[in-house]
This record gives sequence, structure tokens and C-alpha cells, in this order.
Amino acid sequence: MAIRRVLIANRGEIATRIIRTCRALGIETVLAASAADRDSLPARFANRTVCIGPPRPADSYLKVETIVHAALGTKCDAIHPGYGFLSERAPLASLCESSNVIFIGPTAAQIDAVGDKLRARSEAQAAEVPVVPGGSVSTVDEAVALGKTIGAPLLVKAVGGGGGRGMKRVDRLEDLPAAMELASAEAGAAFGDARVYLERFIASGRHVEVQVLGDGKGRVIHLGERDCSVQRRYQKLIEETPAPGLTDTLRKALHAAAVRFSERLNYRGAGTVEFLVDRQRDAFYFLEMNARIQVEHPVTEAVTGIDLVAEQIAIANGEGLRLQQADIRRNGCAIECRINAEDPANDFRPSPGLVREAVWPAGEGVRVDTHIVAGARVPPFYDSLMAKIIAHASDRPAALAKLREAIAATRVAGVATNLAFHTGVLSDPEFQAGGVDTGYLTRRLEARAAQKMEVSRG
Amino acid sequence: MSLTAADVAEILRLLEQSSFDELDLEINGVKLSLRRGGGSEEALSRRAAKSAAVPAANSSLAQNSSPNSAATHAAPARATPADPTLHDVPSPLLGTFYRSPKPGAPPFVEVGSEVTEETIVAIIEVMKLMNTVRAGARGTVAEILPTDGSLVEYDQPILRIRKSG
Repeated sequence: MAIRRVLIANRGEIATRIIRTCRALGIETVLAASAADRDSLPARFANRTVCIGPPRPADSYLKVETIVHAALGTKCDAIHPGYGFLSERAPLASLCESSNVIFIGPTAAQIDAVGDKLRARSEAQAAEVPVVPGGSVSTVDEAVALGKTIGAPLLVKAVGGGGGRGMKRVDRLEDLPAAMELASAEAGAAFGDARVYLERFIASGRHVEVQVLGDGKGRVIHLGERDCSVQRRYQKLIEETPAPGLTDTLRKALHAAAVRFSERLNYRGAGTVEFLVDRQRDAFYFLEMNARIQVEHPVTEAVTGIDLVAEQIAIANGEGLRLQQADIRRNGCAIECRINAEDPANDFRPSPGLVREAVWPAGEGVRVDTHIVAGARVPPFYDSLMAKIIAHASDRPAALAKLREAIAATRVAGVATNLAFHTGVLSDPEFQAGGVDTGYLTRRLEARAAQKMEVSRG
Repeated sequence: MSLTAADVAEILRLLEQSSFDELDLEINGVKLSLRRGGGSEEALSRRAAKSAAVPAANSSLAQNSSPNSAATHAAPARATPADPTLHDVPSPLLGTFYRSPKPGAPPFVEVGSEVTEETIVAIIEVMKLMNTVRAGARGTVAEILPTDGSLVEYDQPILRIRKSG
């Protein structure tokens, strides 16, 4: 069973990225494109493009049956789902399984297992991977006992609540009984359910994730971690590896936890286990697993020299894991900026349109993953990611300097971009020091908004 | 008992006249799914869940599908005929193009057939789900563009009609 032709069920930069590896491997590609993407760069790169439907994702990229039919109809042996769209939808993986098309990714059962938050949390616990400590309590005595094991600060949440409603923060354990009684009474009145839940409050957390590869039979290796703490509304903007300033003990514990979790699932293919690293306690907790290739995978490729898409294909092709843990060496530091067609001056509003000019940087240690060339369109139907610029150097300061230069050499006209915004973050002493938490970007934006107010008032 | 071409044509006609949008029929292992127009997203996802549970129904249509062999085909462009008396019927979705309701059965239309807007001219099959295509114009069939059983893309012209009146 050899993969000779792959249907790419995706668009944009990741479609281009997958085609590049397929070409290097001598694998033919068929791009499944919506009507909005028929003239895109990946459509020109692929051996063939088939139009699967109108621009709206629900009418094209999200149609499971159409995607599989397109693969069968063009005699593809396999489907690569990329990220987003159908990549983590079990129905595509299972329809592939029943239609004799190789799904380049985990099994449908594995997608289901990690897609359900509660199930994933219990799998993590079973694999002895730490989760955010907490539990439900029904009496003050129980709350005090559990509170001692969780430690302050902690949150008292109404079991029946949600979206922050019925939530109380307790900074000192001696305040817990009073807070518990109040929360319970309020919860009973508001939700008709007096039960409350205690959870450790992480005042300052970093998003650190671990890249894994599994053979589907229980063997898993890791390719190190990525720090993706520079986020706005859970949208990552800058990612880097290694995560700066972690102790060796914590770093190794993160890697081992990711491997244990994936081993427990007999995970197949490339995946990412996400953790929240508690800056005050120097501890970490499992968040979720992403059962796909990630947007930010190039930083891992830069430092390891491993083509993750090629490994995905090899595993899907039944070749198993071609690498041992000892083969994984990580050299230097790599940082990535996501260049989006959005306007930071206007609350990051998407800025679709015609790209009149696109000049991307090049050079030693600089990689650009993009589908945007002059004359390309950024359609309004999809996310606004235009390119990823990745700089790799022997250490973090050198990688940062290289990335700043690369961004300065980039020119995009016709649509608004976040290029200048990235320059600002890369030049900020706090970011340069390394190890910012997930609240960093929000604080920075708020501070700048406040400054502007001062200026306009003064 | 099995379905004859005439049976399928009759069922199609009944569905067309009914107020239903979809029909799933299973007789002695022969499965027939019919759907009006492009169909709803909801219907498709229902269908996806079903076919995942019931693998490989023995539809002769699916077995007969002969997809384009070369991966290097130029993508068919949406050609708008220069002649204003011509009307191109686009495929409403990507799927396998069939000229007749069943292999061996007479085609819905031939070159020279008179059609109205509502005349069914072809079936587009997506994972064993049959979607009917209507002429959308009144006139005479001038050309049938794809070969029977080939993969057609969304918006690809499948029929050329010389409009009357």
C-alpha cells in the first residue's frame, strides 16, 4: 500500500506547504479547492485542482462526502486534511476508513477521544498527566479539605454556572468557608443547583505545547516543545521553540507527560499536546490535544531538521515511526510570526481584498510559508492568515534579530497587515526577555489604548 | 425482485411531483437515494453519518464510476457560451456525472431532445447519493459535455442547450 497520489482537503499556506513535501517525495497532488480558491497559488502548484463547491466553507471545505468522492474520483490513495476545516472531524476519518482511502492523521476514535474535553481530561489523569487541580464539593468541610490540597489562589465555581457567572476568587484559604457558603447560596438561587466546584486559579500561565509523533501501536516520540503564549483572544500570533526560561526539570516533565498521554491513546501520526505552565508555581497542567498538524509546526522543523508532513505521510503509509527518540536533536532557536490580513489599528478587523504587492523575505535561516503572491486575493470567507515568517538561529537573540530584519524586508500592499504590530512586539523588552504569559498581549494592547486616550485628552 | 430502469424513472417522476426533497429506498440490497436540487447541508451530514455506519452499499452506479485517470487534467473552466441563444447547465456540485438513472437505462436526454426548465437532464452522484440536475432553460439539447460516469466539478458545464423562443 503505497501512497502515490494525495488529495489535499485544504487551502492557503498549508495546502502549499503539503504540496511542497509531496513533490519532494514524488507524490502527485490533487487540490480540492472552493470556487474562491481556483486561481490560488496551491491550485497552480498541485498536479490537478478540482472545484468542490462554492466559497462558503460549509458548501465546500466542510463537505465530508464531497471530499471523499473527489479523492475516489481522482484516484487518490490518501487525503491530507491540513489544519482547521475537517482535520479534526471524526466523520471524515471514518468515511475514509470505510471507503479505503488513507486518512493522513489519527483514527476516528482517537479524534473523538481528544475532542471531548471531559474524556481527554480523564485520559490525562489515567496517564498520570497533571490537570488543573479541582473537584466538586458539597459541604464547607469538604471544601476546606480540598482547598488545602489545591492551594490558594483558587476559584469557587457554580457547577450549574458558566461563562464566568457564579465564580468567586479566593486568595487566602481562611476566606474559603465564607466564599463557599456565599457561592453555594447564590448558585442555588441563580441556577437551582447549589453544588460548587473548586479549581486552582492560575494567575499567570504560559501556553507551552509538545509536538509528538506516534506509530499508532503505542510507540511515541516527542520533538520538543513550542511556546505560543503571545495570543490575542486565543489566537496565537508568535510561536517559538525552545520555550524560553523553563527549568530543565520542567521541560523534561512536559515532554514525558505528552508522550505518556499519546502512548495511552496509541496515537497515530503527528499531534500536539497543549499545556498551561503556571508561572508562580512552576507547575504545568494538561489543556488538550490537537490531533493534526499545527500552524506553528515549522519552528519545530527548523530546529530538528525533520519534515513533519513527510513523517505524517510515512506513518499513514504504514511505514511506522522512522525515527527513534535519540535521533531527535534540537539545534538553536526558531521563532515564527503569523502575518495576517487584519488591521491592528481597527481592533484587528479582517482585511480581505486584492494583494497588489507581496515581497517576502529570504535568506539563510529564514523560511516563509505562504500562498500569497502579487495579484492574489484574500477571500472574506476564510481565516486571514497570509504567511508565516520563521527565523532560525543559534540562539534566541540571534533568531529575534533575524526575524525583525525579515519582517522589515517584507512588503505587502493592497490589504492591511499586522506586520508593524509584530515589529512592535519583537522590539519590546518584555518579549525580548522571554517567557511572557498568555495575558501579555492583552495587557500590551490595553496599555497602548490607555496611552492613546491620554494623548487625545492632553 | 429488483429495480428496473423503468421503475427508477417512475420513482424519479413520483418524487419530482411530490413535496419531498429526499428519498432513500432499499430493496433487496439495492439502495437508491434521490435528492432534489443541491440539497441541504443538514441532509448531507445526516447522510454522512449514515454511510459511515453502513459501509459499501452495493450500488452498481458506484462500482461503475470510471473517474478520470490522469492527475494532470486541466481544470475545466466555466465557459459561458458567446452565443446568447445557448445556455450552459452547470453541475451543482462535484460528483460523478450520469446521463441515465441506471446503467443500461435510456438517458434522460439526447442531443436534439426538447427540454423545459424543469426537465431532469442528468444525475450527479456523491458517495452513492444521487442528485438530479434540471435543464434550467427551455429549448433543445445541443451538446452533452462530459462522458457518462466521469467526475465533474462544481460549476462545470455539463449540457449545452439551444434556447427556444
